[in-house]
Amino acid sequence: MNGNMMSVRVKTGQLRSAPSFLGKIVQNLPYGTQVRGIGENQGWYHVSAPDGSRGWMHSSALTEKHIVLKPGADNVGQYASGEELALAGKGFSKQVEDEFRARNPHMDFSWIDRMETYRVSQREMEQFLRQGELHPEGGV
Amino acid sequence: MMCNERREFLRTGLRTVMGLSMAPAFSALLSGCESMGELAAIGSSVAASAGLITQDQAQSLTRGAKAVAKTFQDITPEQEYYIGRSIGAVIVGKYPPCRDSQVNGYVNVLGQTLAQASDRPETFNGYRFLVLDSDDINALSAPGGLIFVTRGLLRCCEHEDAAAAVLAHEIAHVQFRHGLQAIKASRITDALTVIGAESAKTFGGQNLANLTALFEDSISDITQTLINTGYSRSQEYDADAAAITIMKRVGYSPAGLTDMLEVMKGSLRPGGFDFVKTHPAPQNRIAQAGKLLTGGEPLQKPPRRQTRFEIAMRQV
Repeated sequence: MNGNMMSVRVKTGQLRSAPSFLGKIVQNLPYGTQVRGIGENQGWYHVSAPDGSRGWMHSSALTEKHIVLKPGADNVGQYASGEELALAGKGFSKQVEDEFRARNPHMDFSWIDRMETYRVSQREMEQFLRQGELHPEGGV
Repeated sequence: MMCNERREFLRTGLRTVMGLSMAPAFSALLSGCESMGELAAIGSSVAASAGLITQDQAQSLTRGAKAVAKTFQDITPEQEYYIGRSIGAVIVGKYPPCRDSQVNGYVNVLGQTLAQASDRPETFNGYRFLVLDSDDINALSAPGGLIFVTRGLLRCCEHEDAAAAVLAHEIAHVQFRHGLQAIKASRITDALTVIGAESAKTFGGQNLANLTALFEDSISDITQTLINTGYSRSQEYDADAAAITIMKRVGYSPAGLTDMLEVMKGSLRPGGFDFVKTHPAPQNRIAQAGKLLTGGEPLQKPPRRQTRFEIAMRQV
């Protein structure tokens, strides 16, 4: 793990101050950002961000593959093995969804788009836990 | 070898899923039934012969496709997200969404908090929850974290710890990627092969059509499992066990799960198209979960927790 480069494989990865789901979010790292592994603790990686800041990211947000955001002949050539890279926007992608929707015009995605706006902040979660007298492992 | 294509149901709507047997059709997709190794070789050799990549790269891609074209595990979170969106669209086509913002807001705070305590807190675009306006007793999770629960199932919950159990069980299906496991292995192989061969240029034309056909078939595989056949018993028991873990981490009593199942036991109607059809009987789930109930908080209902639960459930 130490020194390994990893890529953020989710839309927005969260760099936290502690290896816990209630650790303070110190930075958001966009899809494809490369971070350097420093250590590991029960599913969490201690990493160094491109700007040098350090924090914890959950392993579910990271991959050891290099993510190529704009695949093209130039940048794919050096990683021409499926073991080493993942291609953003390839495979089942927005382009495929658009084609799928064109073939299935009766399907309604408006509620799915609306669902995606239902975001809950860290602060709301903390308030919810306190109000409910919930005591998570590791504390709030 | 024949490929049983079931995309037709997506075009004709969910009446097909619910009521009629699937009419098999046969399509001549790129590679529907070929063996994975052959496909990897074909895809890469085509790209190489077209001058898009070098022979070395083609061989490497072939090796890569062989190496990765193994399992659902190789579907990236980004692709899982797009699969999940379309599964979600199928689900809201079957069940109308509940428009009550109070209960939808509540299940999102509760659900997203629980999801953060799971072994998979981060999916490509996060977890989202929606209540469905139906008396059926049902909950469905789409890959990537779009989770749906009916009013009928929420009525089986007498307190927040029980509602937490319902949502945590669905989060567990997402965590284990049970939905993706319902996709036939041959489709994943085919899709990965198309992607591998396409890595050196943009998508277009026939490859886009092939991928979209594979996408439709994947949506069909998952929807069939979610709505008609259900996951395996072991997957359901695994989801209950993971739900208990999540609940303990957040501070809920795992007895919320068995409380909910006790109410469900008396509410399920024989012949329904809901949990009666797709899940193990509540008494069997209670027996399995009972083995895991040691430890964790005893069930308690602090007044403020119970009050907010009851306020949220007013329109349910």
